[in-house]
Amino acid sequence: MKQTIICCFTALLLLAVNKTCFAQTDMDGLMMSKNEFCIGGSYNYNVWKNYWEGTKQRENLNVGKISTQTMAVMGNYGATKKLNVLFNIPYVITKASAGTLHGQKGMQDLSLMLKYKAINIVASHSRFAAFGIIGGSVPMSNYTPDLLPLSIGMKSKTAMARLLFDYYYNNKWFVTASATYVLRSNVTLDRDSYYTDHLILSNEVDMPNATSYNVRAGYRTKLVVAELVLNNWTTKGGFDITQNNMPFISNRMNATSVGASMKYVFKNKPQLFVKAGANQVIAGRNVGKSFEVNGSVFYAFFLKKKAKK
Amino acid sequence: MYFNIKHITTALLILFVAASCRKEIKERTSNTELLNPANIDADAGAWKPILLASPDEFPVAAPGATSGPTYTAEINEIKSYQQNMSVADKDRIKYWGAGAVLRWNEIMRDLVAKYNLPPYQNPDGTYPVPDANNPFNNPQFPFANPPYASRAYAYISAAQYDALVAAWYYKKLYNRSAPYKINTTFTTYLPQTNLPSYPSEDAVVVGVMVEMLKLFFPAEQAKIQQLATEHKNARLMAGMNVRSDIEAGEALGRLVAQKFVTRARGDRAGAAVGTPAIWQQMETQTAATGETPWTSLESPKRPPMLPLFGRVKTWLFDSTTLVTKLRPGPPPSTKSDKFKKELDEVLYYSKHATREQVAIVHFWADGLVTATPPGHWNAIAADDFIKQHYSEVRWARNMALLNMSMMDAAIACWDAKFYYFNPRPAQMNPEIKTWTGLPNFPSYTSGHSTFSGAAATILGRIIPERKTAYENMALEASLSRLYGAIHYRSDCEEGLKCGNAVGSYAVARANSDGAN
Repeated sequence: MKQTIICCFTALLLLAVNKTCFAQTDMDGLMMSKNEFCIGGSYNYNVWKNYWEGTKQRENLNVGKISTQTMAVMGNYGATKKLNVLFNIPYVITKASAGTLHGQKGMQDLSLMLKYKAINIVASHSRFAAFGIIGGSVPMSNYTPDLLPLSIGMKSKTAMARLLFDYYYNNKWFVTASATYVLRSNVTLDRDSYYTDHLILSNEVDMPNATSYNVRAGYRTKLVVAELVLNNWTTKGGFDITQNNMPFISNRMNATSVGASMKYVFKNKPQLFVKAGANQVIAGRNVGKSFEVNGSVFYAFFLKKKAKK
Repeated sequence: MYFNIKHITTALLILFVAASCRKEIKERTSNTELLNPANIDADAGAWKPILLASPDEFPVAAPGATSGPTYTAEINEIKSYQQNMSVADKDRIKYWGAGAVLRWNEIMRDLVAKYNLPPYQNPDGTYPVPDANNPFNNPQFPFANPPYASRAYAYISAAQYDALVAAWYYKKLYNRSAPYKINTTFTTYLPQTNLPSYPSEDAVVVGVMVEMLKLFFPAEQAKIQQLATEHKNARLMAGMNVRSDIEAGEALGRLVAQKFVTRARGDRAGAAVGTPAIWQQMETQTAATGETPWTSLESPKRPPMLPLFGRVKTWLFDSTTLVTKLRPGPPPSTKSDKFKKELDEVLYYSKHATREQVAIVHFWADGLVTATPPGHWNAIAADDFIKQHYSEVRWARNMALLNMSMMDAAIACWDAKFYYFNPRPAQMNPEIKTWTGLPNFPSYTSGHSTFSGAAATILGRIIPERKTAYENMALEASLSRLYGAIHYRSDCEEGLKCGNAVGSYAVARANSDGAN
């Protein structure tokens, strides 16, 4: 039940930024109850024509529009009231609308996260909660990361830590803010040297780490969530795409996006709910100026009988 | 179904640690062994030069005596450096101590990779042509594409070789021992040999590079000068040379290089870009034969890469040999059944290449912002040459043989490409998508195959025990272009054959250059 961070990574490496996040995800202030399990399927469509070559915005007629479709199975399990386990299994398909380059497809990176609700303070009309989230991702298939912008992923193993704060007012209005640090492992390419800002005689690439900030605010009840989302991803290091060069996995990829999303729970069948969202990258560096829409369906149920006192 | 939180937490923590303890990237030759030749090739002054009429074509004055105040002052210069050496100084001594030819070859590959980018189009959809007189702005000069790169590697290697043959000639003639053989009151940081040190072989290579790179990478002179100074200082600090060894060597290197620069200015490469009229004529000629002419699949359509490179002056054979003996027969007619079969085969790999085949495509792709296929073969050669413990002059001789054959391979391949002007598979069937970038020039024959055939043939002569390994690499490089849906099988097979034939001319030279 989440748009995982992995998706976010993928999209970034695809010169796209995929940051719409749903309720009860690794990016929000909601939790599953103990023994509650929620599983869902999602579909994302991300497309860009313009991109930033370094800081210069341009298009490239030799690839036209780059589209990325992501289909994912995702889940969230309430291990305890305070601790949730989240996973995401994405399958990615990329395509260029022009030129001769082959689109890519395949199982991308499995991600797994633990979300812990550390603080919960209830006042008269409001509630404040703080969460700690850690997680990571590993590639699920032997895809090539060396064909950007068409590779389906970066092939880096990642580990992330996030602090998330959620403020809820009058059982209706909320603001959620989070900050994330992402560690990324070296990546091995199928060649014997590569050029960053100099030629490196190795097949191993040092991947710069990254930070991510996310602010979301809107209306939230048990049945409906409607929110606006602002997201920033900043790569801590890396180099700029040089003129007319292809993107490379260790580029300095930065992106800021704005978006909106909603969640709707069916009143007469509250285990079932749907989500939808869209976002647009508004500023970036070495990434696509992408627009994305997504939708998903989830079903929640208890794995054990609800413990009753 | 129940998750064990302990296990999950442990798994996540392990993942976190694994991702956080990043390994430093260790480059293949960053810590390579110091050059310590098995054979100093004391008689290399008698080896056959490439352009020099004789090894003493450029005079080198006799060195001063190794006794007396002048030489003592030179020794004192070494000692004064050694009093205040930093860790960085010591690192530089080790870096350059791996070998002058090796390190400058690596620097060349770096420069080629940096400049291996095509110009960005003008607003009207035309493309600017890189200009050696204004190398800094868009477009930067040069566009170090494979033919350009092959030429740069060849000239530099050949000039290094001739200059080192001359240096060896004077080393033997004057026979001035290295400073550490004369005076033992300072430290030597690199392996000692019995090779006379005047003129300095390292400085010869520096002199060649400084001159040659003005021509090939004119915007990089500041960087080159800095590296040249570091290299020369490293030799002094290491106690390997005195200042007069360095100065005589650098001057000799520069003089020899100028002879190669003169050749380069007249080798017709400057006109290889062609003109719109010539581009059109090539298309019209091929269309007149009833065949489908090549057309650019780039957008906006880009003029073909260096269409007249096939007319550039060769090293190992003359232009008649090129046309009568080396030019492959025509490719299968685009209307023939054979062509259709080959096109279908390309489509098959476009759709069904295995993961292993895609890895092969990427290993040999050597596309934009790489050292190009000739650079890749330089890397393969350098990695093997390190293990052979060659002297500098033998390093240069072998690199010259390799790079002259690859430049001649580029000329032979470009001659065929623009003589036949054959379309790429993706032009004939738009369903064909490629696993790496599609080059912007005609298909027949495959450049990768021609380079690799030439390289494998001469390298197999230089290191006979690796002959089969090189042949297998060349075959894999050649087929990588078919797997990548870049080339038809005929392009690869004929390219490889032509490359082998070009390489055999280098083998003939190797058999008679006096270095055996």
